[in-house]
Amino acid sequence: MRQAIELNVNGEPHDALVDSRETLLDTLRYKLGHMGPKEGCGNGNCGACTVVLNGAVVNACLVFAVEAAGADVTTVEGVAAEGNLHPVQQAFIEHGALQCGFCTPGFIMSAKALLERNPNPSEPEIRLAISGNLCRCTGYDKIVRAIQAASQALSQTA
Amino acid sequence: MSKKKEDLSVDAFEYAAPQNLQDAVALLAEASGEARPLAGGTDLIAQMKENRRSPSLVVDVKKIPELNVLSYEAGLRIGAAVSCTQIAEFEPVRVHYPALAEACALIGSYQIQNRAALGGNFCNAAPSADAVPPAIAYGAALVIAGPNGQREIPAEDFFVGPGQTVLEKGEVLVEIVLPSPPPHSGAAYLRFIPREEMDIAVAGVGSFVQLSPDARTCGQARIVLAAVAPTPVRAKEAEAFLTGRALDETTLAQAGELASQAASPISDVRGSAAYRIELVKVLTRRTLGMALERARG
Repeated sequence: MRQAIELNVNGEPHDALVDSRETLLDTLRYKLGHMGPKEGCGNGNCGACTVVLNGAVVNACLVFAVEAAGADVTTVEGVAAEGNLHPVQQAFIEHGALQCGFCTPGFIMSAKALLERNPNPSEPEIRLAISGNLCRCTGYDKIVRAIQAASQALSQTA
Repeated sequence: MSKKKEDLSVDAFEYAAPQNLQDAVALLAEASGEARPLAGGTDLIAQMKENRRSPSLVVDVKKIPELNVLSYEAGLRIGAAVSCTQIAEFEPVRVHYPALAEACALIGSYQIQNRAALGGNFCNAAPSADAVPPAIAYGAALVIAGPNGQREIPAEDFFVGPGQTVLEKGEVLVEIVLPSPPPHSGAAYLRFIPREEMDIAVAGVGSFVQLSPDARTCGQARIVLAAVAPTPVRAKEAEAFLTGRALDETTLAQAGELASQAASPISDVRGSAAYRIELVKVLTRRTLGMALERARG
């Protein structure tokens, strides 16, 4: 079955004709051209597909596109403001918190969401917040350091 | 734009998102093939992708007002579609039902908790469901709507086997109702997993203790075991043993031994049956200790 849906992605309204079987992730990537969110496991373990759906981080691979009718979605493409990287993105670059980069969009979304609800997280809080994001390259340490640096950068600009 | 192969591995299905309970019940009752309600989808969609479930009709229940209730007045009412995050962050849950808040915060990642619903944790009927033991330990009842009206059952009577519940065709879980915690009572839930996060319980135990009016002995206890039987189970012998006794270390350990007799675990990749039996003993003792501490305030 196909259904026409409207959704806002990174502040822009879109129309899409989606199959009921299609995930939000597939719609974002292959119908709307947002290739930031990735499909790793496809079953909610790896977090490479993490996006913000109506204000909450979710695995876009575990949401049917039809469920997202009328929703507001933010992908990693919508994180930088007016061409300036978000402090989390900047910190990932400065701390070398990525190697292959496949998981990075998901980590950015989880880290940004964490710092929005908890601007000064402890290391255990950071590790808990990224427990739904798998990285097979870095061993996580540089990711944790980058999030700590982003937390400091944000508190200095606030 | 589309470069993707149309390899939709999920079998075709009709999707409906009714705005009210009557329409949801009618859709589920009149479906010709298998019909499944969809709340958070963190179990159902993963199962559909693996072709472990192939419903021909998916009824999204997230727009139904009754399934989005979250209130604390004379007890706690949780609509079946309310997410684990909403429950864990709801102040009355944190204050009056901490074991439930803790269990909701154990399920998967933040991404999962933001979608996964308590009603889904029940209806998926995994023996390892983390939020179920504390709900039963707090004395939960389930409100079910169907073609013949509504019925209410004790939460522990909901499960038939792994993935199987008492829900009849056309029935939908509406809400989970927890009574107000009585004075001098407390509860706790612990699960064992071999890592810190993002895993399925090898075994889990939810315990509830209400002290006698003089606070010297146990007035009532409920102990619920997860992942050690085809369904969540009450350890009723251990509960009866505790009633009327002073709760010291020895008594709690004895309750653990008795609770393990209610377990009938399998051996699988997560742990052997013998290991799970040992876990039940330890987790029962520990959760009773935590519940007792909370009961004493």
